[in-house]
Amino acid sequence: MTDVATTNGKVTSRKDWASDQEVRWCPGCGDFTILAAMQTMLADIGARRESTVFVSGIGCSSRFPYYMNTYGIHSIHGRAPALASGLAIARPDLDIWVITGDGDALSIGGNHFIHAMRRNININIVLFNNQIYGLTKGQYSPTSEVGSVTKSTPYGSIDTPFNPISLALGAEATYVARTHDMDRNHMMEVLKRAHEHKGTSFVEIYQNCNVYNDGAFSDITGKDRRADYLIPLVHGQAIRYGQNGEYGVARGDDGHLHLVRVDEVGEDALLIHDESLDNPSQAFELSRLARGPHEPTPIGIFRSVERPEYGYEVARQVAEVESKKGIGDIAALLQSSGTWTVN
Amino acid sequence: MKELDQVVIRFAGDSGDGMQLAGNRFTVVTSLIPNDLATLPDFPAEIRAPAGTVAGVSSFQIHFSDHDILTPGDKPDVLVAMNPAALKVHLSSLVPGGVILANVDAFDERSLSKAGYSSNPLDGDELNSYRVYRIPMTKLTLEACKDAGVKPRDAERSKNFFALGLVSWMYTRPIEPTIDWIKKRFASNELVREANLRSFKAGYNFGETAELFESQYEVAPATFRGGIYTSVTGNTALAWGLIAASRLAKMPLFLGSYPITPASDILHELAKLKEFGVKTFQAEDEIAGAGSALGAAFGGSLAVTTTSGPGIDLKAETIGLAAHLELPMVIVDIQRVGPSTGIPTKTEQSDLSAVVYGRHGESPVPVVAARSPSHAFEAAIEACRIAVKYRTPVYLLSDGYIANSSEPWMLPDVSKIEPIDPNFLEAPNHVDDEGKSSYWPYVRDPETFARQWALPGTPGMEHRVGGLEHQDGSGSVSYDPLNHERMVQLRQAKVGAIAKDIPPVELNDPDGPGGADVLLVSWGSTYSAVMAGVKRVRTRGMKAAMAHLMYLNPFPANLGEVLSHYRKILVPEINSGQLCTMLRAAYLVDAQSISKVQGLPFKTAEIEAAIMDVIDND
Ligand SMILES: Cc1ncc(C[n+]2csc(CCOP(=O)(O)OP(=O)(O)O)c2C)c(N)n1
Ligand code: SF4
Ligand SMILES: [Mg+2]
Repeated sequence: MTDVATTNGKVTSRKDWASDQEVRWCPGCGDFTILAAMQTMLADIGARRESTVFVSGIGCSSRFPYYMNTYGIHSIHGRAPALASGLAIARPDLDIWVITGDGDALSIGGNHFIHAMRRNININIVLFNNQIYGLTKGQYSPTSEVGSVTKSTPYGSIDTPFNPISLALGAEATYVARTHDMDRNHMMEVLKRAHEHKGTSFVEIYQNCNVYNDGAFSDITGKDRRADYLIPLVHGQAIRYGQNGEYGVARGDDGHLHLVRVDEVGEDALLIHDESLDNPSQAFELSRLARGPHEPTPIGIFRSVERPEYGYEVARQVAEVESKKGIGDIAALLQSSGTWTVN
Repeated sequence: MKELDQVVIRFAGDSGDGMQLAGNRFTVVTSLIPNDLATLPDFPAEIRAPAGTVAGVSSFQIHFSDHDILTPGDKPDVLVAMNPAALKVHLSSLVPGGVILANVDAFDERSLSKAGYSSNPLDGDELNSYRVYRIPMTKLTLEACKDAGVKPRDAERSKNFFALGLVSWMYTRPIEPTIDWIKKRFASNELVREANLRSFKAGYNFGETAELFESQYEVAPATFRGGIYTSVTGNTALAWGLIAASRLAKMPLFLGSYPITPASDILHELAKLKEFGVKTFQAEDEIAGAGSALGAAFGGSLAVTTTSGPGIDLKAETIGLAAHLELPMVIVDIQRVGPSTGIPTKTEQSDLSAVVYGRHGESPVPVVAARSPSHAFEAAIEACRIAVKYRTPVYLLSDGYIANSSEPWMLPDVSKIEPIDPNFLEAPNHVDDEGKSSYWPYVRDPETFARQWALPGTPGMEHRVGGLEHQDGSGSVSYDPLNHERMVQLRQAKVGAIAKDIPPVELNDPDGPGGADVLLVSWGSTYSAVMAGVKRVRTRGMKAAMAHLMYLNPFPANLGEVLSHYRKILVPEINSGQLCTMLRAAYLVDAQSISKVQGLPFKTAEIEAAIMDVIDND
């Protein structure tokens, strides 16, 4: 064995993971960099193409499986987690990714999304959040900020958006992370950790839709302002940001987390990030620091904890019953509620 | 001792009175005689209807005989009425001169008024034309349990066993099997066991010693073909059929389901049978039930989703995707009264149009229907066979009546059932211009049009399927107009080709094709009443033919030819004429609908009347 990626015994590179289909997103769309990050990461870690499946719903983002040289299903709007759940339970040997959008996962598919995480089924859900319905040409989505002017909200939207990280944490998710489409290395790291995680991994990716919602995340992702708006979450390290690390996150006297100036509170007061806390409260508080991507926003792994994985538990019950009762016999089953014989 | 050739008994009481249990135990001992039998359980629509009201009445009817019977009987000869509400609801269906076994203790003022009686019918003239036995069942039950250490309130709950004991005596049923069953079933609860045993024996002994009854009755054993028999309900037989199909195809069974009456028992049964490698998944809703099944199908499981009316609406989009992807799955619909929530516990056949036509786009789906409780076993295997062989979703229809009623079933020799070959593709089936080989997911068998199917995990066969229209062969997304037309035609032709792979419809006409004056076409659970009705008019010298459809899409290849022999065609259905409309459209025949939508199966007499009507008016 070498430490180089192999599929079916052959070394793989990013292009081995690309299908022969022409990629048809709008030029400049953030989806391209996510695709590149995914293909490169899978090549790097030596994943096996034949046991990798991408399942998606409907949306620009959901075209993703067509571009991966793996197994794939482009399914129906919102239902990818349902299909992926069945596949994961039936085939625990597979590596299953769900590719979804903010409308797909949080609007029409909200129910499947939360239940997959509650059950901790071994799938990786990657949500391309562009705060807009891209494919249907620009209506507001469940993550659009209040006041968003879109085709279906010409006077500004009035509904409160979901915070996908808060929602995932509330739904008992065991791995919850956020990254963005302008940092390939960070995306790869977060996706790799998602892949390693047993159970449902949830990754929100801030993705720019340069046609219908350009610049939605530019404060956080743009090189010029990033330092002041992107709060990196690094396990075991003080939560700190700013051009010169002059800002941070600390718990105030009121018991809540606040953005602070390090020179005012002192370094020792800064919160040390711990993604492994069993209690999700602190991760939840971190997810609430920013009310939208125009405020300093935590990026990184919010939570990564262990809990029994659903598909494994299903298989364990089956195996236990099989070993206790012996492998079922159909003829005996048909006679199991009593019989009589006629000669 | 008097001999009878057949009897219909209806146990009726409040839903808390344990009538289903009494009926089921009576069924078991009756099957041991062995009599031929058919049952019809009837549950209140609401789980917690107020006790003692007519809305809360639960009943169980059993028809048993010394000869071959098909239906649970039109009118009961004997009515066990545990309270006034039960009498109120069921009196009108009793045969004239029929027997009423009334628990007189329950006919107090309060219960009478709850049932809507202003005076006690047991005291008046209303019941003069019946043979009424006023039996203090509650009091005798309490008496029997007096020294057993059971609190009177608990002891009273054993009165269904008293009734069971009494009826067992009247119809000379063996008592040992019931005693054994009580001992086993309540092994861990001594007090309940004792109370039930004592009450059961007290009921039996009451019959013997009370000198109320002129005689006991006997129904001689029916002649059955030699074999091993059991008694099954439709839901159990269907669940077992799915398990058998999974073995026959060597594909693990996956069930994705969301609870709904009257389909839930299939989920319950399969959840128990893990020793058969079954994986059951109680999903968050019906959409996920179907979606998870489709995902499992992609992975090579024998994928099934079970539901009833409201659930099929939710599953429609997923079934359309399955038809488009051309992946096998079986959708089981245990039909109930609709639209909307309707009457959940009552039966109907009103989803036929929905399952045949109820999806957007051109989305043909084969449909198979079970005709009786035991037939659900065979129908389930057949639905799975078609799904796997043709890579298509298949609807398997049953209904509330088949689901919950039971009949004797001569067990098939499972080793003789034809295996199902999933015929998975393990090596590439395409070579491109540069000599590179790959797997094309939509390469088809020229005869069945079934596509070649490879499973994830197989190296070199990586591929994508999706809901966008795709090129035949390669499966690449294609918006080419002519390709779309071709794909629509291919998907239709594939389902159409199944007609060559199913048995021709059997014509039951003693005088040969066209001999009878009228042809009855049945499907699903109307089979038994139609068959019984046809038999009955024949005994009067009338000429009626019958054809039963197990396949509703596609129809058997010879159906048009069979219909063409008859000028009069009747199609009895528990809906407003859905199959009838389909037959008229498909074959341009003047078929007439006999419709009943009361949440109940047809009575033999209703079919008989319909046949006489059409023959008389000739
Ligand atoms: C049942 C159904 N309803 C509506 C649509 C139309 N539709 C397709 S994608 C979409 C929203 C996509 O938004 P999002 O999930 O955010 O994905 P994006 O295109 O932004 O990546 C809608 C409404 C559909 N395909 N199916
Ligand atoms: S519409 Fe927006 S999200 Fe969709 S491909 Fe174009 S840029 Fe990307
Ligand atoms: Mg979007």
